[in-house]
Amino acid sequence: MNLDSKIPEGPLAQKWTSHKFNMKLVNPANRRKYNVIVVGSGLAGGAAAASLAEQGYNVSCFCYQDSPRRAHSIAAQGGINASKNYQNDGDSVHRLFYDTVKGGDYRAREANVYRLAEVSSDIIDQCVANGVPFAREYGGLLANRSFGGAQVSRTFYARGQTGQQLLLGAYSALSKQIGLGKVKMYNRHEMLDVVKVDGHAKGIIVRNMVTGEVTRHAGDAVVVATGGYGNVFFLSTNAQGCNVTAAHRAYRRGAGMANPCYTQIHPTCIPVHGDQQSKLTLMSESLRNDGRVWAPKDQETAKKIREGKLNPNDVAEDDRDYYLERKYPSFGNLAPRDISSRAAKEACDDGRGVATTGLGVFLDFRDAIKRDGQKAIEERYGNLFEMYQCITGDNPYETPMMIFPAVHYTMGGLWVDYNLQSTIPGMFVGGEANFSDHGANRLGASALMQGLADGYFVLPYTVGNYLGEQGVAAAGQVTTDHPAFAEVEADVQSRIQKLMSIGGTESPRSFHKRLGNIMWEKCGMSRTKESLTEAIEEIQALRREFWSNLKVVGDADSLNPELERAGRVADFMEFGEILCRDALMREESCGGHFRAEHQTDDGEAMRDDDKFAFVGVWEYKGDDVPPALHKEPLVYENIKLATRSYK
Amino acid sequence: MCSLCSFIKSTIGRKILMALTGLVLVLFVMGHMLGNLQIFLGAEVINAYAYKLHHLLPAAALWGIRIFLLASIAVHIWAAVTLTLDNRKARPEGYDSDKVVQASYSSRTMRMSGIILLAFIVFHIAHFTVRNVPSMQYNEPGVIEPSEVPLVKHGEVVMKNGHAVMTFNVNDMMVAGFKVWWVSAFYIIATGLLCMHLTHGVSSMFQSVGLRNSLWRKRLDRVALVYGWVVFLGFAIIPIATMAGLLKKDPTGGLPVASVSAAAEITETLHK
Amino acid sequence: MEKTMNLTIRVWRQKNRLDVGKFAEYKLADISEDSSFLEMLDILSEQLVADGHEPVAFDHDCREGICGMCSMTINGIPHGPESGTTACQLHMRHFHDGQTITIEPWRAKPFPVIKDLVVDRTPLDKIIQSGGFITARAGSAVDANAMPIAKGIADYAMDAAACIGCGACVAACPNASAMLFTSAKVAHMNSLPQGKAEKDRRTLAMVTTMDGEGFGGCTNIGECEAACPKSIPLDMIAHLNRDYATAQFKNFFKPVA
Repeated sequence: MNLDSKIPEGPLAQKWTSHKFNMKLVNPANRRKYNVIVVGSGLAGGAAAASLAEQGYNVSCFCYQDSPRRAHSIAAQGGINASKNYQNDGDSVHRLFYDTVKGGDYRAREANVYRLAEVSSDIIDQCVANGVPFAREYGGLLANRSFGGAQVSRTFYARGQTGQQLLLGAYSALSKQIGLGKVKMYNRHEMLDVVKVDGHAKGIIVRNMVTGEVTRHAGDAVVVATGGYGNVFFLSTNAQGCNVTAAHRAYRRGAGMANPCYTQIHPTCIPVHGDQQSKLTLMSESLRNDGRVWAPKDQETAKKIREGKLNPNDVAEDDRDYYLERKYPSFGNLAPRDISSRAAKEACDDGRGVATTGLGVFLDFRDAIKRDGQKAIEERYGNLFEMYQCITGDNPYETPMMIFPAVHYTMGGLWVDYNLQSTIPGMFVGGEANFSDHGANRLGASALMQGLADGYFVLPYTVGNYLGEQGVAAAGQVTTDHPAFAEVEADVQSRIQKLMSIGGTESPRSFHKRLGNIMWEKCGMSRTKESLTEAIEEIQALRREFWSNLKVVGDADSLNPELERAGRVADFMEFGEILCRDALMREESCGGHFRAEHQTDDGEAMRDDDKFAFVGVWEYKGDDVPPALHKEPLVYENIKLATRSYK
Repeated sequence: MCSLCSFIKSTIGRKILMALTGLVLVLFVMGHMLGNLQIFLGAEVINAYAYKLHHLLPAAALWGIRIFLLASIAVHIWAAVTLTLDNRKARPEGYDSDKVVQASYSSRTMRMSGIILLAFIVFHIAHFTVRNVPSMQYNEPGVIEPSEVPLVKHGEVVMKNGHAVMTFNVNDMMVAGFKVWWVSAFYIIATGLLCMHLTHGVSSMFQSVGLRNSLWRKRLDRVALVYGWVVFLGFAIIPIATMAGLLKKDPTGGLPVASVSAAAEITETLHK
Repeated sequence: MEKTMNLTIRVWRQKNRLDVGKFAEYKLADISEDSSFLEMLDILSEQLVADGHEPVAFDHDCREGICGMCSMTINGIPHGPESGTTACQLHMRHFHDGQTITIEPWRAKPFPVIKDLVVDRTPLDKIIQSGGFITARAGSAVDANAMPIAKGIADYAMDAAACIGCGACVAACPNASAMLFTSAKVAHMNSLPQGKAEKDRRTLAMVTTMDGEGFGGCTNIGECEAACPKSIPLDMIAHLNRDYATAQFKNFFKPVA
């Protein structure tokens, strides 16, 4: 596997500029001869499809939802970072670059992150021009806030719905192109495989989820922007439909899968209420600015609270363990996501968890209300408190909130070079689906930035460069009549038939739940060699059971949510094993990946830069053969590696 | 498509036409009501008012106004009918368990109140304007006696070329009309429906032309409610007062007592 | 202790677009009051699958009230009885033991039923495609702070832009009117200075598409506002009416390009 990152020569700050100059261009009149396929309509996919169509390419865009506006980018709450330095507080491209690399625990590629920081300003300009109603000050200028423990105020936001507004901006640009006929939109279509011709990605096979029809689509390049794989854990903050199928199918056709073990667990989610739960809901991290996180000091008290025999308000101050404040006096309740999450898990593992399931800790606003008054707290968090009450039925002004960590974002993904091109030439990967910018941990308000950077400002250049390199003579030459399409389509069809015909007794959801349970228990917040080895074995066993005892009701030629889920769970089953293998291979703790064997005496993550400063890339070798590991070394020329400390 | 055609074809365009014609009718209704209420000031006042309505403007202009009012009604109804048909087409199937959350009763029954009002308007014009409702053909001799009375202003009979100016005996027509119980009942019900129609319509017309927001919606809704009730009471009080015997016929046309004999003379000469 | 309830679910079943469709009744036992409404449907699905039947198909995705995918009329009210709440954020504690819950798909001619509770809402996308955008090619934007926008205007635009495009307004309207949806986008974009250049064109095009897609007209009754999970006010419709009247007025004298 060729892992040439194609990082341009020259000083860091000049790389992108000079690279853009060196790119092959396509004459505007020739662009209409090319067809580009974009899979996914979120920030990365939607923005890329719109921008490529604006440039003159013919674009086909696919999404599994009923409208491109529903992509899960929409759910991001907090905001989007940009190094505008509108607050005159010392922000710069370099600082955003530095913070992102550091926040990612030094496991991201410098050049990519720098470019991200560099175009971040353009994103804000672009979004404002598109009509995104960012929050403003009375003077009419854009407002900013500090987010996720950043030392500067660089986060732009639109109430608690920043993701929604940014996505709707991209969606409106995309809609315009659909209206003009430059983009052909395929709603309710799911990509099930990628078609390679002479080693290059030249098309995809999709299933029309309404009619069940499986169709071929040819293009001169394929952009995959299909989001993350958090749902491999079954319960996550992701949307129900989020899946790894597109990425995993590409992996099986030769795309490298990079760093799948980097999964972000968000500390402030609403705890699981029982085994009927389908989804975890995130509460904004901003709550930790005023809320104090605690668990009872002893198991006896915790038990009484769980059973409803003791009101948490009646727990004496001395019986409360404000463990974040105790362990991390300087950052306290604002300790980073990975650290806070692990600390909560520790308390619960210790039998001191609350909530009926024992999987929860308190986020208490009692002292803040006493200090600032209920009105002040209401102004700051009113809508979040309402949301909490809507879901749990508890009033957080009276009883302390309960929170528990949940899978939120996945930093790993398909390997891409500086051009966001995967190891399959002609296949580009953007947004959460690629691995490139967040290293081992993503900072708050950086996901939206990356999605739009890829979609508006990187892919439109690099895809054009690839098409230019192929030459205009190649434009539109490969059609769906090529035998490669028939071959892949037959594979897809036979897989659907296989899923439909197992005739077992267990539903896809049930298998998904069981897989999620293995993943969460053995490859969740804290991982060990034993737990991972067990997980791999259990997943393999579960996979065998899946293929012999799956029950899919309904038929394949109509809308069938069971079949859709079955296909996705089948891919999660394979992918989950790769994730565990990656976690097992990475004998260090970094960012979202915590190996219990690799921690300091006081329980902090311990990186091993000598052995593991590389990107772990997995290559598919066959169904019953373990994947092969390849390494892309991470070279830091501009940043000195250091240990993150939040004490 | 021409811009006017596209305007008229659009749902919003037709709603705006409805609002504008509605405004014409809302204002007319208020004027009409204020005119009617003059019956409480005495027969001579209401009769003089009727005379003025007919003679202030040349006949052509009067007909112009009538046609304008009828056209407003026609456009109002045309818009309502075509929109209703479009709306039915857009929602062929309702819910099995249909629930209304906040729409007011009056807003949901505009079509019903509108249709009954139309029927009433047709009757009302036939009754009091054209006067050809069987047994209530007030223009025919003997239905109300006398059907013409002298025009009285400032307590004196108005003379022209040595003759008393005569005018239709509106006072007696109204009293005679409302003495018929079902006429009064229909009238009161119709004005009640008019009230309902207006409590939604008056505020709604501001919405349709885009001159309303949350703040003004509350205010306009209140204005509409008050307007509707004022119109209802203003109209309904006449049949009620008639039935209660407070309004009576006045064969002299409201001539002051002192002049009654003179009037009798005049009438006599006239009859000769 | 967590409370549970037994329910009777009366739900619309329709195989496909052409099928006539009818109600089916199912019994569900021991539903936790902490479950969300869609989790209750998940449980129903699992129960049906276990019995070898096809589960009830319904649209859903984010389950946090923002994607706008979930769409069902619960006991006669789109998204159910709680105001300002999507079906996915509705929780079972708002129902009681022994209750019969009737679930129907969005009812509107432009939203044909695809299967069970799933309807086709692409006409809403078409309205946006005809004009619901501010043209700004990637790379052509000026600095974001070059044009200050008064906070009041930005807030108003945000109020309008909060629409999640679920179509509950259409579903709640006895005329299946898409005025609240269309007006929210028009108000969002027409009120911002960036959107002024295309204002008249946008308004005319979107209204023409809206009517052309077969949505009914507005009768100003406000059921849409009551059903809207984002509480978009009727003000937006007044805004659209105003902008439409102005645009047509200008168009009468000189066609709007």
